[in-house]
Amino acid sequence: MKKIEAIIREEKLEPVKKSLENIGYFGMTITEVGGRGRQKGIPLKWGPREYWVEFLPKLKVEVVVLDEDVSATVNAIVKGARTGDVGDGKIFIIPVENAVRIRTGDTGGNAV
Amino acid sequence: MSINYADTAWVLVSSAMVLFMTPGLAFFYGGLVRRKNFLSTIMMSFACLGLIGLLWVLYGYSLSFGPDKAGIIGGLDFFGLINVGQDPSPVYATTIPHLAFMTFQGMFAIITVALITGAVVERIKFSALTLFSILWFTLVYCPVAHWVWGSGGWLAKLGTLDFAGGTVVHIAAGVSALSLALLLGPRKGFKEKEPMEPGNIPMVALGAGMLWFGWFGFNAGSALTSGGLASSAFVATNISAATAAFVWMVLSWIYRRPSLLGVVTGAVAGLVAITPAAGFVQPIMGIPIGAGVAILCYYMMLFRAKTGIDESLDVWAIHGMGGTWGALATGIFCSTAVNTAGKNGLIYGNPKQLLLQLIGVVSVWAFAFIMTWILGKIVNAIVGLRVSSSEESVGLDISQHGERAYGGHLR
Repeated sequence: MKKIEAIIREEKLEPVKKSLENIGYFGMTITEVGGRGRQKGIPLKWGPREYWVEFLPKLKVEVVVLDEDVSATVNAIVKGARTGDVGDGKIFIIPVENAVRIRTGDTGGNAV
Repeated sequence: MSINYADTAWVLVSSAMVLFMTPGLAFFYGGLVRRKNFLSTIMMSFACLGLIGLLWVLYGYSLSFGPDKAGIIGGLDFFGLINVGQDPSPVYATTIPHLAFMTFQGMFAIITVALITGAVVERIKFSALTLFSILWFTLVYCPVAHWVWGSGGWLAKLGTLDFAGGTVVHIAAGVSALSLALLLGPRKGFKEKEPMEPGNIPMVALGAGMLWFGWFGFNAGSALTSGGLASSAFVATNISAATAAFVWMVLSWIYRRPSLLGVVTGAVAGLVAITPAAGFVQPIMGIPIGAGVAILCYYMMLFRAKTGIDESLDVWAIHGMGGTWGALATGIFCSTAVNTAGKNGLIYGNPKQLLLQLIGVVSVWAFAFIMTWILGKIVNAIVGLRVSSSEESVGLDISQHGERAYGGHLR
């Protein structure tokens, strides 16, 4: 099992949700986060001076999937979240030791 | 003419109440946008309190209510409040100080300009909005106010009735909102149907409450006296607002669930529709006027959404169309039994009044739409109407004002 953590643009949640649904993943957890990347935020001009907006609002989408579904899931997220501009976000893939479905007590692959 | 103290007290209180509507509008609009534009949307209304409040005493009052020039515009005799003092005007509101009448009218000008901003939130450049507001106030609001309310104005002479601003305020602002929104184009992501959920609906309800309260000054204050006519307009106002709020709630219930946003939108629509009629119709006529506007505006909002035009906060559907219905309804329901300065309308055997109202509606529609289009083009050529794409993504609070609604590290 792997946890896929994607930091995406706020407005890309809908397309990401849709493309995950298309491959059969409906469950996910989202969190409102703020982040900056290599560019350290974005510069804006207001009057004569330039200033930086450092931490831009993003959404973190977390999905736990079976190992064999990792690449399909990542592709789906990329497809939904990509604009090609700076600030599209990142995806992290993290190993998961186990999972438990609270209602039934199912564990492992049956719980995700 | 001697001053009547009760009239003076009522008009001064009403002026303060109408002023209070603009902060109300600020919160009404502010709650409807995404949180990254909350502050900037509030700012658009508050900026009018400063800007238009100043221009009104410099030249706006004079252009609107100064001695008539060809029925089109007022002369500059009142420039900088020259000749406007503690004695009553010989022409307008002859029982209260001229200054009281002047300041009461000024509050209307402020909120009219602020109303338009609902169409352009979340994407207009603040410098462009400021420049547009100055031009629109000078070249649209002042002439239209003169046509309808100025002594010698051509619509006033023709006999078009507008008690408190159905045409001058609501049609002018609502139609201009549509025109400017078309020129400016939709918000980023609007065409892609990205969700643009209101950031804070309780704030919308707070703003609507402030508007409802202030509207008694707007309508009942427009009697310019404190007696029976003010009372009649006051009651008509509440009946229409209540009816429209209720009908709108029922409509939203039929389609989905009874919505708070629906109730407050309905109340505002009811207040808009009764505005031109308040002091000309029997108060109980607030029921058909309020019910009619709720049904009309509800479907106009759905229609606007279907067209794909991003007139973001439905200023056209509520104020433009609600004002249009109110102006025509005045011609249907008005009665000289309520106001001897008024006329009898269609249901009292005078269909001609409906025609006169229609002339008022059509001319203000056409003038406001075309002038706004031209002024918008001019502003676009000088400073550009829209913020850049990244400024729009970040939100206007930070990109236009360097401030934000909420503190903290995230947003």
